[in-house]
Amino acid sequence: MSHPTDDTDGVTLPAAELSSGLSRREVLGLVGAGAAGAVVGAGAAAMAGAALGGGAAQSPDLSYPFYGAHQAGILTPVQDQLHFASFDLTRTANRGAVIELLREWTDAAARLTRGRDVTQAGAVGGPPLAPPDDTGDALDLGPSGLTITFGFGPTLFHDAQGTDRLGIGGRRPAEFEELPLFAFDLIDRASSGGDLCIQACANDPQVAVHAIRNLSRIAFGTARIRWTQLGFGRTSSTTTGQLTPRNLFGFKDGTANIMSENRDAVLEHVWVPETHPQAWLRGGSYLVGRKIQMLIESWDRVSLHEQEHIIGRSKGEGAPLSGGREATTPDFERVSADGEVAIPVDAHVRLAHPVSNAGARMLRRGYNYVNGNNDLGQLDAGLFFLAYQAEPETFITVQRSLARDTLNEYIRHVGSSIWAVPPGAREGEFVGQALFSE
Amino acid sequence: MHKKFPALLAVAAAGGLLLSGCVPNPTATSQSLAVSSTETDCVVEANTATSGTLTFTVKNDGHRISEFYILAENGLSIVGEVENIAPGGTRDLTVVAQPGSYFTVCKPGMIGAGVGQAAFTVTGETVAVSADEQEAVNAAVASYVGYVKTQTSELLPAVEEFAAAYVAGDDGKARALFPIVRINYERIEPTAEQFGDLDPAIDYRKPGAEAEGLEFTGFHRIEMDLWIDEARLNYPDEQIDALDTAARTVLADKLVADVTELNDLVHDASFVLTLSDITNGAIGLLDEVAAPDGKLPGEENEFAHTDLYDFYANVEGAEVAYSTVRDIAASRGEAGAALVAELDTQFAAMKSLLETYGDYASGFVFYDTVGQDERNELGAQLNALSEPLSQLTHTVLGVASD
Repeated sequence: MSHPTDDTDGVTLPAAELSSGLSRREVLGLVGAGAAGAVVGAGAAAMAGAALGGGAAQSPDLSYPFYGAHQAGILTPVQDQLHFASFDLTRTANRGAVIELLREWTDAAARLTRGRDVTQAGAVGGPPLAPPDDTGDALDLGPSGLTITFGFGPTLFHDAQGTDRLGIGGRRPAEFEELPLFAFDLIDRASSGGDLCIQACANDPQVAVHAIRNLSRIAFGTARIRWTQLGFGRTSSTTTGQLTPRNLFGFKDGTANIMSENRDAVLEHVWVPETHPQAWLRGGSYLVGRKIQMLIESWDRVSLHEQEHIIGRSKGEGAPLSGGREATTPDFERVSADGEVAIPVDAHVRLAHPVSNAGARMLRRGYNYVNGNNDLGQLDAGLFFLAYQAEPETFITVQRSLARDTLNEYIRHVGSSIWAVPPGAREGEFVGQALFSE
Repeated sequence: MHKKFPALLAVAAAGGLLLSGCVPNPTATSQSLAVSSTETDCVVEANTATSGTLTFTVKNDGHRISEFYILAENGLSIVGEVENIAPGGTRDLTVVAQPGSYFTVCKPGMIGAGVGQAAFTVTGETVAVSADEQEAVNAAVASYVGYVKTQTSELLPAVEEFAAAYVAGDDGKARALFPIVRINYERIEPTAEQFGDLDPAIDYRKPGAEAEGLEFTGFHRIEMDLWIDEARLNYPDEQIDALDTAARTVLADKLVADVTELNDLVHDASFVLTLSDITNGAIGLLDEVAAPDGKLPGEENEFAHTDLYDFYANVEGAEVAYSTVRDIAASRGEAGAALVAELDTQFAAMKSLLETYGDYASGFVFYDTVGQDERNELGAQLNALSEPLSQLTHTVLGVASD
């Protein structure tokens, strides 16, 4: 399902216009040249996507810079595949070990996102009697648009017993707490939370899995995997060059997402501002992860008319039921011919819309998932919702508004996490360095 | 084996309109039967009749206001009813009786399961009835509204008895009553859900109430107290204290008050349903079973493990909703006939599979004893039933009749 924050603002960088006149080779060359800065990189990639026809055939050579003012994997045009991992610190991990882990992760991520092996020796360059540094399963696959994004959980600052293991408790932002329970939540602690997280996105699933596998290997002794989630079929777009994808309910999702080209919206709603009392988080963001199980079998028995009235949009075009086309701003006042309000009062699009939430907007970056089936033979499938926002309150406001959503009958939130995502690292630094500065 | 329900088409009751508003077309076969409703019995002049127009003249020989019902062979679907018969008064119920097996029952005081329920048989030839579309729809809706009223009026005294046993500390009795009392509610739960806050107050599960920040009340709060050892196992990190008499009284009074309000609301003149409320309600009842917090995963009654009672009641409620519109669906061409045949088969298969685990009278097995393979088999049969049932609204409302 979308958690739409409808945006019909003017777009600052119409990708289609920019890409006109550029050949495919020129576009890829521009990307390959490593456009400076994440925002510019995102724009260039959007152009690549547009030039390639909506990202249907992304080049394996597509690469996004790892270093920059902000971490990649946020404004970056959403890749097709996800492997997300949550880690807990081991019992023996201390401040020095965590700093060392972040340093190693940063170096490895910078290499992996360039399509290189995890170390110089890599998969086949090491001594024959030693196991290879790199697992080798991504050899020859290229960077495939890989981004690796790191985040810190509230429990990194104070563990379950309230202990400040790493001496960073004083730097925990006041607003940074575990998310509250919401209506219809059915949260499984085993797929929620964690001390550290890594979001790996790529256009080739094996590249994303390779990244998490090798980064997990580096973590042995300091952090262990708490839970992971594979995702496919991005459920939102973050640049105007991308087509709006569909979720597993068959509806277009993310029609009104914050687009990376809309710099004003990004500045206001995505990045933690320069005025934030915790200097280490300025230019970072808050990532909310929600594993939303879809009751697939029940949903598939709902009539088309009802499906559209639950969502508030048409299923084919994705247009609001108040009329127009996909990009048309919903008219919540409009009354249809039968005297009923065109978009029902409990429709998803209405309750999630910024006008219903004091202007709250977030950048959504979620993926569909299918984890096989449950014990009852029902498809274990849904949406792995990921959203970046400048403050946790944004998600909380919108999710509370959704308590009346008729869609709740067909979904259950089963995983819940929030992460503080530090700003990007410059070359020579490690991600989160400012948090651990003396 | 399918049982055909609404073969009797109710027509009109003098002084109190029942079911459809159509006017009987008196024929030579018109028959009249006297009924005496007392405080303890419901005496019908004869227990058989010949098909055709049939008038029950119901005299209230008791001292409370009474009602008279004709029920279908399943004992649940309402074929005809006459309400508000004052003590000493007489009212008529006129129906076009089709051949089949029925029940007659009176309900003095308009509450509870009724008295003097007896078999009633109609013999003879099938009677041609009006093909008027609107009449058929009105009759179907009126029949289902009558069913909902019956369920809540049976629910209330049952809940009162359950609440009294709980407050009195008769935990054995309260535990025995718990799954039985819930049957009437589970049959019509989508109706209760349309009254906003009532369903949460009556039937919310512990995690649902906590997630919404609501006070945890109703059946499942009492269940948690009655099966407190199970509750402590399910929530090992929580301090769950046994409730004293005062706390029990608060919970019991609230449940009775909420069910009383529900009963009042469905008996209010403003209570209306549409045909699609009924057909969508049928699939909604089965969704209640399949949901991750429903009966199939054993989450509904997580302490008592009496989920199979609720499961069976949900299926019964869906079947009554279906039977209400079955004749309309059957009139919708080949597709309608095929759907009805399929639903007859699948309802029967669902119920017979559930009946391998017990019944209301002798009890269903506790759901925590039902293994994963068996749960899968129940789930597969539920899908086999739910999938065609999801076509019912379209068939009834979206396809022209023959």
